[in-house]
Amino acid sequence: MSRDRTPRTLALILLALLVSGQFLPQWTLFLVTVALAKGLVVLGLMILLRCGLVSFGQALYYCIGAYAAGMLGRLFGASDVFTLMLAGMAAAGLVGFVLGFLLARYRSIFFGLLSLAVSMILYGLLVKTEALGSTDGFHVLPSTLFGLRPADAWVRYTVLAVALLVAFIAALLVHRYLGTPLGRLASAIKDNEIRVEYMGASARHAIHVKYVIAAALAGLGGALAATTVGHIDPEMAYWTTSGEFIFITILAGTGNVIAPFLGALVFGVIQTVAFGISPNTWQMVLGGSLLVVIVFLPNGLWSLFRGRKAA
Amino acid sequence: MKIVNVTHGSFYALGAYAAASITGALLARGMPPSLSYAVLLGSALLVSVIVAPLIERGILRFMYAKDEVVILLITYALFLILEDVIKMIWGVNPYFIAEPYGLLGSFDVLDLTYPYYNLILVGVAIACGAGLAWMLGSTRTGKLLVAVIHDTEVSRAMGINVDRMYLYTFTFGSLLAAIGGAFTAPTVSVVPALGVEVIVLSFAVVVIGGLGSLPGAALGAVMVGLVRSAAIHYLPQAELFVIYLVMAMVLAFRPRGLFSIAEARKI
Repeated sequence: MSRDRTPRTLALILLALLVSGQFLPQWTLFLVTVALAKGLVVLGLMILLRCGLVSFGQALYYCIGAYAAGMLGRLFGASDVFTLMLAGMAAAGLVGFVLGFLLARYRSIFFGLLSLAVSMILYGLLVKTEALGSTDGFHVLPSTLFGLRPADAWVRYTVLAVALLVAFIAALLVHRYLGTPLGRLASAIKDNEIRVEYMGASARHAIHVKYVIAAALAGLGGALAATTVGHIDPEMAYWTTSGEFIFITILAGTGNVIAPFLGALVFGVIQTVAFGISPNTWQMVLGGSLLVVIVFLPNGLWSLFRGRKAA
Repeated sequence: MKIVNVTHGSFYALGAYAAASITGALLARGMPPSLSYAVLLGSALLVSVIVAPLIERGILRFMYAKDEVVILLITYALFLILEDVIKMIWGVNPYFIAEPYGLLGSFDVLDLTYPYYNLILVGVAIACGAGLAWMLGSTRTGKLLVAVIHDTEVSRAMGINVDRMYLYTFTFGSLLAAIGGAFTAPTVSVVPALGVEVIVLSFAVVVIGGLGSLPGAALGAVMVGLVRSAAIHYLPQAELFVIYLVMAMVLAFRPRGLFSIAEARKI
């Protein structure tokens, strides 16, 4: 049994990015920050995937988080980045808690499709809500940090630093959670739920808890994305957004809490590069790389690291 | 086949595009408009017979051993690829073929004007549904197919050519999607987003009906259609969301859809 090296690796990555962030060009900062936001969502999906559940509606919480952050700024003029993120997380977590009572009863394809239906309900509502900008969405006010507004040149870096910090804490907590008995129940639920029940554990309760965690993480990611991009629209709840998250989850693999962020970054790079080279066929490149990963790396990108370590 | 197939949306779009462009080209060459219905059907047949076996033999057949959800993702990847293929072939500008629609004119029901073409749509849909039911229930191929879906291994042991059955099923299913697209093409403008929209709608339909159930799918389609029209009529804001609300409600009370097939618990 080797020592747990994940926290140390996480801290090293955090430091490396914090330092190198000061020298990188602005657009890479943006790319990394958006990747971190998506990574948070995927982190939640990873928890669910470990029990064999694939949510095709995680965009629901992503969107709730973003809209909660945006509305808070719009209605109350709140602009502190941590307040916005907490709001997004709380709103998504709350909705996840309520919906969890229903969704925790479903498995496999039905879980996926029901979550899809719920996210499409939100999409349908937002598209028809004139007050919230309908299909155009609305702009999010530039955010501040503890009441301070960073100088223009430093905005991107500050947001990145905040995102890094938040992602670091989230990853660490999730890592700890996965080590607890409740967290370790995941693979048991995936293998055979009835045996889990015979053991005296409640699969439904475990899934409910995981679902709320995943929802809160997605809300956090959504709020972060809203402050980074500065604009939100109903497209964030559309099923293609959920598809993107699933895509990253599969790309990353469920091996470790670092994997989702790595996957999101790789996804962002593929998307940006493919879009830059051929604007009309970037979807094809994405689809192709998804196929390649499923066929050749069934456990995701993370298995590359694992494989080398084992050898 | 126990496959939740996202590429179905692509076949719908492919059928629509093929129908729109082929019919349009033939009409421009002076084909009598009355023949266009046969051309619609023919173009659907053409695309699905070419593209579906290519996908099934080339990619999907290596994937059947994988998890249901993973197969769904594979079809999603294929869907992304096909979307761009469609854009590459037909570009991003909308296509219109109004001739088959306009040719028949319309009639009045009470105060409402109703195009005859929609009757054709209904006819085609009923014919396809009845044909499918007949094929599955009364022909040798159909019965073999049901057996394969029920238990692949035993079917193989009984000497059924499972690979070929899979190929037939996938092609036939895709053909139905393409026909749907081809016959809808005259009533809408054919644009790239066609596949994305239809696939979530059809998911709602099959989930409401119960996955893998033919009468369920028919009932689901009717329900979705009625609910949607009612929503457009009474409460236009709720158009999109009402469909998924119905889907969520049905799943909340009948977790596997209305006409679900009972499944044994595995211990």
